[in-house]
Amino acid sequence: MTHDIHLHHITRVEGHGNLVLNIKEGRIEELRLEIVESPRFFEVMLLGRHITEAPHITSRICGICAISHTLASIKACESALDITPSADVILLRKILMHAEVLQSHILHLYLLVAPDFFNVGSVIPLARSNPEVVKRGLRLKKVANEICRILVGRHIHPIGMTVGGFMRIPAKKDLEEVRKVLESAIPDIDETVNFFKGLNIPEFNRETRYCSLKDKGDYALYDGKLYSKENDFTEVEQYRDFITESVIEYSTAKHASSGDSSIMVGALARLNNNYSQLSDKAKEAAQRLGLTLPCTNPYMNNIAQLVESVHCIYDSLRLLDRLSSGNMNVGVGRVDVREGLGVGVVEAPRGSLYHEYGVDDKGIIKSANCIIPTAQNLANIEEDIEALVPGILGLSKVEMIQRLEMLVRAYDPCISCSSHFLEVKFIE
Amino acid sequence: MPPKIGVFSFTSCEGCQLQILNLEDEIPTLIEQIDIVNFREAIDEKGQDYEIAFIEGSVTRESEIEEVKRIRERARVLIALGACSHLGGVNVLKNFHPQGSWLSTVYGRSDIFSDTIPTKRIKDVVPVDLVLPGCPIDKREFLRFVQGLLLNIKPRLPDYPVCVECRSKGNVCLVEEGKWCLGSVTRAGCGAICPTYRDACAGCRGIVEGSNIESLRNILMEKGYSKEEIRDKFRIFNGLEEIQNLL
Repeated sequence: MTHDIHLHHITRVEGHGNLVLNIKEGRIEELRLEIVESPRFFEVMLLGRHITEAPHITSRICGICAISHTLASIKACESALDITPSADVILLRKILMHAEVLQSHILHLYLLVAPDFFNVGSVIPLARSNPEVVKRGLRLKKVANEICRILVGRHIHPIGMTVGGFMRIPAKKDLEEVRKVLESAIPDIDETVNFFKGLNIPEFNRETRYCSLKDKGDYALYDGKLYSKENDFTEVEQYRDFITESVIEYSTAKHASSGDSSIMVGALARLNNNYSQLSDKAKEAAQRLGLTLPCTNPYMNNIAQLVESVHCIYDSLRLLDRLSSGNMNVGVGRVDVREGLGVGVVEAPRGSLYHEYGVDDKGIIKSANCIIPTAQNLANIEEDIEALVPGILGLSKVEMIQRLEMLVRAYDPCISCSSHFLEVKFIE
Repeated sequence: MPPKIGVFSFTSCEGCQLQILNLEDEIPTLIEQIDIVNFREAIDEKGQDYEIAFIEGSVTRESEIEEVKRIRERARVLIALGACSHLGGVNVLKNFHPQGSWLSTVYGRSDIFSDTIPTKRIKDVVPVDLVLPGCPIDKREFLRFVQGLLLNIKPRLPDYPVCVECRSKGNVCLVEEGKWCLGSVTRAGCGAICPTYRDACAGCRGIVEGSNIESLRNILMEKGYSKEEIRDKFRIFNGLEEIQNLL
């Protein structure tokens, strides 16, 4: 039997991608996850611009991870210019990072993943059949957006986050409002754990290399060193020793590897590496959801995202408590430029995000490199499909495609930044 | 019958589509009032019988020119959604670098993905009926547009600059503080959100008719900005607009 699966423009993912899979007599003859998104050329756009403009421009790489891009960019600038932000600046940045991770995971879980579990094509029929589910998801999503609105005007392309600090210093009442918004989310996030607990996650395991930041103190999202069990710790400046990028003919997003292995980044990789640093409530949620770590089932990335969502809410409350009670020191100081090279890495919702800039003595960008989480996962998704297919050949065509789409979607690919996704055709 | 709407995405960060999904309180009502037949980011269905098309993103490939033309043929009303679609947006920044250098700078080789062209606005390819500006779009303005379309009233944009909104909020003027800001020549409607959060207006909603660009340029030069620096600020979002000879 021959299956020729061509999933053209996979839906409910961020960006444009195709999956080409050709199976003959139970063997895969051809397998390509094609990324057909238009290349944007941000590394070109930045050349000749002043380094302090980079966060504002690179935020536009991705609407859904705008804060991550802004922060990776700011960190690269601060490293190149040798600027150390204040403790309050770092706390506020961590709260904003949490808000973005929460917003992105909730959007993915409720609007893009949940329809699979109810066997409907989108959130629209789901909103008619189960309005309370969709409304709960939207309320949680709004929580994250509200935090961003209060602190930096909006989530998509945050305003006034810059090298050294914040252009607008949040007032005390702003922080009180952030706290209220976070507290209001607790019953909904608790109910979300109950909701996803009942959902059937396909069983499929494959060992791979899990890469993320790892920090001494906090569960690493904003800061840390590069880490995998196999590589131990690597300084962010040495990232080229940790991760190798290669150009693939059929993909406008580059592929990444570490050593001779494909890698997985994102929520599941982070939990595998840093589970012990999660907040107690998040650990409790992992238990309720039946997630035992380390976990090698990529479908469980959805559950890992939910555990992180719980963490982001509770940990933001903890971070708020740690902010200076008097006048916060978050204003922007003088920026003196110098020649240099800077690397900034954060854990975006979908995984490690790298920005690197080289600047001259006038602060003008002479070189730039950005490595996007989804690009790092592409090779791993292909290897997963290769391992998954023999086990699902007995399923009907419809079920097989659904299983494949769910796998790709579990990675929550964000293709608009990595450089869109599945029309299906069977030939028998 | 609710009008059939399609949302399409070309070269962009997809943030304008996400702004629509950010209407958390309104989505449950909105999906009853309009029939979304094509919105790849959020739904599986791919209907081609839409009357109203929102296009996000710029055109940066030959293949996209044909797709935009097809959408134009099908749609009764075509709306440019956001700065990339309306102005070319930040995507235009690459146009100021030699085309031969693009692929080799990013991919280390130039013999792949040959289908890449200088960034174009949607209006450079097909006639555009309405513009919903911004980077990203203002979600309230999106709602106002949808209400207009439902009632068959043509939505209008403010014909005054961001400065007016900024002053009415009582903000301290950034230019008076010696900083750059394009709020005096940029179309209002965003509530002066950037200067309210103490950052410069970078002109993402486009230049408002009747603006005195030369006068702003002279003021910024008095504040110590070079001609090149001022030109670079305008290029962030307005690199294709017919103002380059004034800079």
